[in-house]
Amino acid sequence: MADRLIYRGNKILNRVVLSIVLFIYCAACAQADGAPIAQRRPRYELGRAPSAAEIAALDIDVNPAGAGLPEGQGTTATGATTYALKCAACHGPSGEGIDKSPRLIGTVPPPGFAFASDASAPKTIGNYWPFATTLYDYIHRAMPITAPGSLTSDETYGLVAFLLERNGIVPATMVIDAKSLQRVVMPARRYFVRDNRLGSPTFR
Amino acid sequence: MTNPEHDQRKLTRRDLLHSAGVAAGVVIAAPVTNLLAQAVAPKTSATVAIPVDASRVPGLPSGTLGERSPFEKPALAPLGITTGATNTPHQNLRGTITPADLHFQRHHNGIALLDPVKYSLMIHGLVDRPLVFTLDDLKRFPAETHTYFIECAGNGRAAYRAPKPEMTPQDVDGLTSNCEWTGVLVSTLLREAGVKPAATWVLAEGGDAALLSRSIPIAKMLGDAMIAYAQNGEAVRAANGYPARLLLPGYEGNMSIKWLRRLKLIDQPNMSRDETSKYTDPLPDGTSRQFSFVMDAKSIITSPAAPERLSSPGWRPITGIAWTGRGRITGVDVSVDGGATWAAAELLGAALPHAHTRFQHMWQWNGKPAMLMSRARDETGYVQPSVAEYRRVRGPGTDYHFNAIRSWRVAADGAVTFNG
Ligand code: HEC
Repeated sequence: MADRLIYRGNKILNRVVLSIVLFIYCAACAQADGAPIAQRRPRYELGRAPSAAEIAALDIDVNPAGAGLPEGQGTTATGATTYALKCAACHGPSGEGIDKSPRLIGTVPPPGFAFASDASAPKTIGNYWPFATTLYDYIHRAMPITAPGSLTSDETYGLVAFLLERNGIVPATMVIDAKSLQRVVMPARRYFVRDNRLGSPTFR
Repeated sequence: MTNPEHDQRKLTRRDLLHSAGVAAGVVIAAPVTNLLAQAVAPKTSATVAIPVDASRVPGLPSGTLGERSPFEKPALAPLGITTGATNTPHQNLRGTITPADLHFQRHHNGIALLDPVKYSLMIHGLVDRPLVFTLDDLKRFPAETHTYFIECAGNGRAAYRAPKPEMTPQDVDGLTSNCEWTGVLVSTLLREAGVKPAATWVLAEGGDAALLSRSIPIAKMLGDAMIAYAQNGEAVRAANGYPARLLLPGYEGNMSIKWLRRLKLIDQPNMSRDETSKYTDPLPDGTSRQFSFVMDAKSIITSPAAPERLSSPGWRPITGIAWTGRGRITGVDVSVDGGATWAAAELLGAALPHAHTRFQHMWQWNGKPAMLMSRARDETGYVQPSVAEYRRVRGPGTDYHFNAIRSWRVAADGAVTFNG
């Protein structure tokens, strides 16, 4: 008797579980975006494993914690030389910007970070860039625009030192390398906030 | 349109390759201004004849491409841009699909030309199995096809900062385009590689001369993000990321990395230049909004619009496009009196998520001055803001995501001008 009751109980439980599973399954089928089908797909085992050298050749990015910063170093002095040679023609001898090449140097932020009220306020490394490591990452990958990827790490560190110093962020004596760069705090960093537009129809 | 018999029109050589033997009505000549033609062949010109009566002479034989009618010359503008933008001529378009050769272009260091045989996409970082895929590998995965808009975050900047009466829909909002894209879901590739729990972001990097890079939240990459290798049914155009590009539905275009060469799974955003110095939105409260990925709901009337001139009073459709990064457009309101009164426009066809939706509102112009406006609504209840509200909330100097209501002034003589 007791056994039969348990048996019947189990049967009911099984039915409940089965119908829940079927319900979820059908709800998933009903979704138009195809995600459930994708979830039921196998792994296709296409592609191949890259070698360590292949990864290293492309793995050039640098993050704010300093991950990815290579060996090497530079100073304002070495940077000034490289800048005059490889950058000044476009960005101007004092980083003032020419035509489409943006202004890079300018230490005076408009009062209260007032860029939204003044479209003509130039955004520079000194008054707008929130992270110093971005300078290394960007210059090394993209500049000079006519020969991207041509700068050595020493040259890049020097340019970073030079641009940070001219923007009044680090002293002229500072050696910039992987260790020191990740410790540089940019003045504009505190002004950046995350997106607050979503989850509400209100215009923000 | 004037009578072709009296019309001298310019045609390209490719329009006219097979024109021999056609009874001459009009003779037309023009230089070839095609990207590849410029790259591989010297400029050339030719003439073609437009018959007086096309029903009385045999037509042209078929050619290698289905060319536009010699009378139609939609064109991207401005040209010759390597670090900047080239806009879609929305005033020339009527449906929702943007022809691939009229898709807007925004480059940070020119159009990269990549060999599809040498192309590879690497996935590495916080994954169980780093992988490299060839283009052929990508095409061997199950494909998805979707119609999506891509809009540059800076679309509408000139119209907001310095509106001019002569601005066309192309000048105002030409940095949004809408194509059918086919490719593989990023999530499919990530399952091959195996995502480690610590991975919260993905760095996407292009193989162009800017090595453009952006950090993307892992949720988007496991959702509707795709890698597209086909655009409107054919290979993605060179300027749009051939042979394969990232496509993030509803997100600002800069993140849909073209010429995609690498996805790296990471545990914090990289803070690349294009998510810090650029593509951030200064706000009147003295902050700057970062990672503002989703494009706000927006619409623009594409006809009547500058440089059109209404030929006579009477009925005509007010037609345009609406779109939202939040999903589907649910309605568009049209005003002909500068926003005093609004009427619900008709949506043509299905309003697809993250796609341009065409609207129309039949209007009987009485020959008096009018002010035309359109206002989009989306499925989240979001309503496109007025210029005044936009200015109050975002400020005159804000840098991206310009989605205020656009207006067109119709003068008594039928001239249509942009009114901000
Ligand atoms: C041939 C002209 C040219 C040369 C030479 C050049 N640049 Fe640039 N630079 C540009 C242009 C154009 C941009 C804008 C690119 C864009 O917005 O995509 C730019 C952007 C930058 C930026 C980003 C500015 C910002 O606010 O986002 C930095 C930093 C920079 N360059 C540094 C350098 C350095 C350092 C050198 C020398 C190694 C250099 N550039 C050489 C043209 C040049």
